[in-house]
Amino acid sequence: MEAVKGENLVYNEVDEILEKYQDEKTPLLAVLQDVSRKWGYLPRDVMGYVAKKLDLPSAQVWGAATFYSFFETEPVGQYMVRVCKSAPCHVLGALNVVRALEQELGVKVGETTRDGKFTLQATSCLGVCGVAPAMMVNEITYGNLTEERIREVLALYE
Amino acid sequence: MAKVAGDIKSEQEQENMVNLLLDEKEIQVPASATVLEACKLAGINIPTLCHMDGLTPYGGCRICLVEIEGQPTLTASCVTPVREGMKIQTSSKKVREARKANLELLLSNHPLDCQLCDRNQSCELQDLAYEFGVRKIRFQGEQQHHEVDLSSPSVKRDLDRCILCGRCIRTCAEIQSVFAIDFANRGFESYISPSLGLPLGESVCINCGQCIHACPTGALSEVEHVEQVWDAINDPEKTVILQTAPAIRVSIGEPFGMPQGTISTGKMVASFRRLGFDYVFDTNFSADLTIIEEGTEFITRLTQGGKLPLITSCSPGWIKFMEHFYPELMENVSTCKSPQQMMGALVKTYFAQKIGVEAKDIVMASIMPCTAKKYECQRDEMKASGYQDVDYTLTTREAARMLREKGINLAEMPEEEFDDPLGISTGAAAVFGATGGVMEAALRTVYEKVTGETLPKLDFMDVRGIDGVKEAIVDVKGTPVRVAVSHGLGNARTLLDKVRAGDVAYHFIEIMACPGGCIGGGGQPIPTNLDVRMKRIEAIYNLDRSLPVRKSHDNPAIQKLYEDFLGEPNGEKAHHLLHTHYSCRDKM
Amino acid sequence: MLYRAHVLVEMTSNSIHLGASQVKERLEREIAQAGLSSEIKVLETGPLGGGVPSPFLMVYPDNVMYAPVHVSDIEEIVTEHLLKGRPVERLIAAGARPERKEGYFQPSPLAKEKRVVLRNSGLIDPGSIEDYIARDGYLALGKALSMTRQQVVDMIKDSGLLGRGGAGFPTGLKLEFTMKAAGDEKYVVCNADEGEPGTFKDRLILEGDPHSILEAMAICAYAVGADEGYIYIRAEYPESIRAVEKAIESATESGLLGDGILGSDFSFRAKIRQGAGAYICGEETSLLESIEGKRGEPRVKPPYPPQAGLWGKPTAINNVETLASIPPIILHGADWFKNIGTPTCPGTKVFTLTGNVNMLGLIEVPMGITLRELLYDVGGGIRGGREMKVVQTGGPSGGTMTPDMLDVPMAFDTLTQFNSALGSGALIVIDDSHCIVDVVKNFCEFFLHESCGKCTPCRIGNKRIVEILDRIQRGKGQENDLELLRILGENMKETSFCGLGQAAPNPLMKCLDYFREEFEKHVTEHLCDCQVCEMKPKRKKLSV
Repeated sequence: MEAVKGENLVYNEVDEILEKYQDEKTPLLAVLQDVSRKWGYLPRDVMGYVAKKLDLPSAQVWGAATFYSFFETEPVGQYMVRVCKSAPCHVLGALNVVRALEQELGVKVGETTRDGKFTLQATSCLGVCGVAPAMMVNEITYGNLTEERIREVLALYE
Repeated sequence: MAKVAGDIKSEQEQENMVNLLLDEKEIQVPASATVLEACKLAGINIPTLCHMDGLTPYGGCRICLVEIEGQPTLTASCVTPVREGMKIQTSSKKVREARKANLELLLSNHPLDCQLCDRNQSCELQDLAYEFGVRKIRFQGEQQHHEVDLSSPSVKRDLDRCILCGRCIRTCAEIQSVFAIDFANRGFESYISPSLGLPLGESVCINCGQCIHACPTGALSEVEHVEQVWDAINDPEKTVILQTAPAIRVSIGEPFGMPQGTISTGKMVASFRRLGFDYVFDTNFSADLTIIEEGTEFITRLTQGGKLPLITSCSPGWIKFMEHFYPELMENVSTCKSPQQMMGALVKTYFAQKIGVEAKDIVMASIMPCTAKKYECQRDEMKASGYQDVDYTLTTREAARMLREKGINLAEMPEEEFDDPLGISTGAAAVFGATGGVMEAALRTVYEKVTGETLPKLDFMDVRGIDGVKEAIVDVKGTPVRVAVSHGLGNARTLLDKVRAGDVAYHFIEIMACPGGCIGGGGQPIPTNLDVRMKRIEAIYNLDRSLPVRKSHDNPAIQKLYEDFLGEPNGEKAHHLLHTHYSCRDKM
Repeated sequence: MLYRAHVLVEMTSNSIHLGASQVKERLEREIAQAGLSSEIKVLETGPLGGGVPSPFLMVYPDNVMYAPVHVSDIEEIVTEHLLKGRPVERLIAAGARPERKEGYFQPSPLAKEKRVVLRNSGLIDPGSIEDYIARDGYLALGKALSMTRQQVVDMIKDSGLLGRGGAGFPTGLKLEFTMKAAGDEKYVVCNADEGEPGTFKDRLILEGDPHSILEAMAICAYAVGADEGYIYIRAEYPESIRAVEKAIESATESGLLGDGILGSDFSFRAKIRQGAGAYICGEETSLLESIEGKRGEPRVKPPYPPQAGLWGKPTAINNVETLASIPPIILHGADWFKNIGTPTCPGTKVFTLTGNVNMLGLIEVPMGITLRELLYDVGGGIRGGREMKVVQTGGPSGGTMTPDMLDVPMAFDTLTQFNSALGSGALIVIDDSHCIVDVVKNFCEFFLHESCGKCTPCRIGNKRIVEILDRIQRGKGQENDLELLRILGENMKETSFCGLGQAAPNPLMKCLDYFREEFEKHVTEHLCDCQVCEMKPKRKKLSV
């Protein structure tokens, strides 16, 4: 197990997730979502275990895991900051938001802060264009971003 | 009456046909055809890349475009069914420009170093670039780059040459049911990846190499052993011995311009002798030996109540497949080594003794139609002589390339004989190369051994041919022996699932990993498709018919081998040298 | 318990970050302190739309709306209005005191607003099935169950309802194909993978009125002969997922989902499947692949989903907004629906206003409204008094409209005539401070990021397009770059595998046409008049 210690413990937790979906047809994505919520990313061994349990080729699990941008296959920060770069945010200054985030966090888009707290990513439209420019921190969306508001929001996670 | 019936039939046929206007010409095609197939019937072979006969149509490369009246955009002919009255243009300006644009886009993300590529002159991308008259690539830009994956003992992956047509993925899934690879990432960053992004060597890949035949470019090829074999040949300290598999003699002529399905045994032997091998032996000899060992094993199980059905073990791709996916059938699989490995073990023991050379000074090479054989010879169990019994396995393609490098034109060679004593074989061994061949060879021996009578008819037609699963019941003096044959592991899976579920009961099953059997192996000349496979199979059976001895147990050299060296079939020495064991592997 | 008054607090992902949670918390505290807890009930509600600023408070039965509300306003509202019965005039939203009418509540300043799909949004507690039922919820399902399946299909066919996801395919036909397809196992699927930039209507429907979607799915399921449905919601919408989860739970508890619904022998179960960040999954066959746990790559068509959809079974897939239109159609009839909108494109459309416009938000209006009305009457015009440069309708894959098209009626067919597209109803307003090369590059980067990679023209074409636009932006444009862009765009449009690849070059092609000079200036003179592109500005010689 790469970043996750205690193999049996981990697999018990994966079993719990799998059990939740045992009556579902083709629950792969739902399982991966829960795994991802639990560990922040999809550890390789867990994917292999899930593949075996769901009787799926692991190449197919890998194919799906790498297709969707909300899945990570490498460890990421505790908080995933997804900043929207789509047009409605872009024309209201998304680039400034990106720059401000990069400055505040001291990382470039695609990187994780040294303390492992934040990963900054650019993303496609979050569907909150009514309050553009916007970003998402884990599952919470923040809009009407200004440099000041970005500092406020990030402070919530310090 | 007959006339009426005929009329009805033709009316029905009429109903199932549709009329098309293809390039201003009226044609009739079956209603179930795709536009691509319809065009082919009319003599127009639309260029394709992601399409391959026998695989689910994909529609991804966008090369096979045609213009269909009334459609807002161009249409991919491979995934479009015909409709009554369809008007199709296959070479309008729009069509030609679009095909060329997509080809240029593919080329813009592809190395343009054809001279350095394994598939130089057998590359579909290269062919199309020539045929379309591409003289420059208008859309230049970043190219995707991946490290070459050399982790597999059999298959080399150079993803920089991959055009993401997915033919390898579909072959692995649909033909072989192995699912070792799939697309990963998305968009411009898409690539083809084995399980969990690991190297191919750590995946469930069974090394069959069918993906190589599927690949239109040089992204997939065999792991080469040409240099090592040259080094051995050039090493005066080494006695370098070659064996050639049953399927090579009906395919090695192809790279030298001989018609597909030409039998070129004698020219092959002459060529490789001139390449510098000290002895050229015939894997057909050890195929006969396999029949004696496996036949004995079968008779023992049949008469003394052993585990049945007995399943053949000559195909190393199948063996690895079994270890991954059907470990519960492990005891059903014959413990016999494949003919390649039997030969290796004998050469480094029996023959070494005979010529007074130590095994360590012998280099055993083989020419195989198979990429899995490269992996098989490296398995830990394959060291009966105390050394790796077979040192290097060359594919038919590598072997042909070596001849060409030296300047040997096989087509112009004289006919020569294999060396003694491991060069004598029968028609039973010859048919090993085709699907059903091992079964047929075994039945010829088993029948006569069990009954003590001469077989009235040597040809078992039921187990021949290209059907995915074949069955036969052979009456062995009142005992009905039920046998089944499958080739291509997808077919094997269908068969084995029934066996596992207890839906069917057989005594004896032959499984070959590759479609068509060894003549369709992953190491055979390119192209290897259904048409080519059929021609090679035909040649195999012609060869069988032409041979004076057609039953393995009648091979005098085999009889002598047991007398002089091995003792009894399935005896202690035979067990040590000629039999092996298997191990469970992870299913993912 | 009976309450004297209800106060609804807008609680959506939009409003929450604007302080709605704090507003609600403060409201409950003040009400408790004033000793009104037993008299006044605080409820959460979905969005109201129509340009109402967030967050808003709605006081019933007084029909008073406060918007936007700040935490600091709460004390005054409680003591003055709720305690003393004197509405706080200075906080009341402009135009928000209409008389309570039969039918639909109309709080908008825009006379044209017509609420069909947003009929309950902002008026009910989306978490309360009682609230939904009180406003005729599940009545349409009851009515449908008393009709034959064919009658239900016919009614939807007659209504002329066109799919609101963007393609505008007749919904009734889709249902009919699925109904007539052979097989016992069939599915209905709700496409809530709203990924088109600038679009957030589905989110607001799901969060404001989740039961309307469940009811519509049940009606469709009855019509086509399915007993199971899936709602595929994008991962970016956790609030929507929670709202629908809760709705499924309460509808199941109330017997409106499950076995033997409303005493009939019709059974229907609805399940949620979440996306995981892939725009392509909005394409219906990709969405099906995704539910099946695979990469969201589009399938070969035919067969279409009504013949072979989810797990190879006949499947009716509809967009959220389309579904939300169905219960009112069943309830009020096809003619009622046809009277709204245009003859060829009946019904309403929810438009989302985004970008450089004064009032961001959404509004539901009859089909056929003009862009001018949307931009200036609803949206309050362009921000900062600037001029409109271009409006991208229906998101990047939709149409491009320039100021000369302000008076074109907005409907599927009319916009097509003007080489534009209605698409999802997103309006991305871009003012004249923006460089067209920069804007187009943004659209193309979106498609580069979201291309699934299955087909050559979209996988590599998008990459080459962005590379060329990038070098043009950096002042490194080459002589034939605009021609290359045209060829690449045309090729994508003509040869891509799916509709999304075919639509991806739309803004590029249109803008190359409409803003030729601006592009050329970038390439030949290395000049960006808007000073957006970071190219070395070439000083123009002043002619004396």
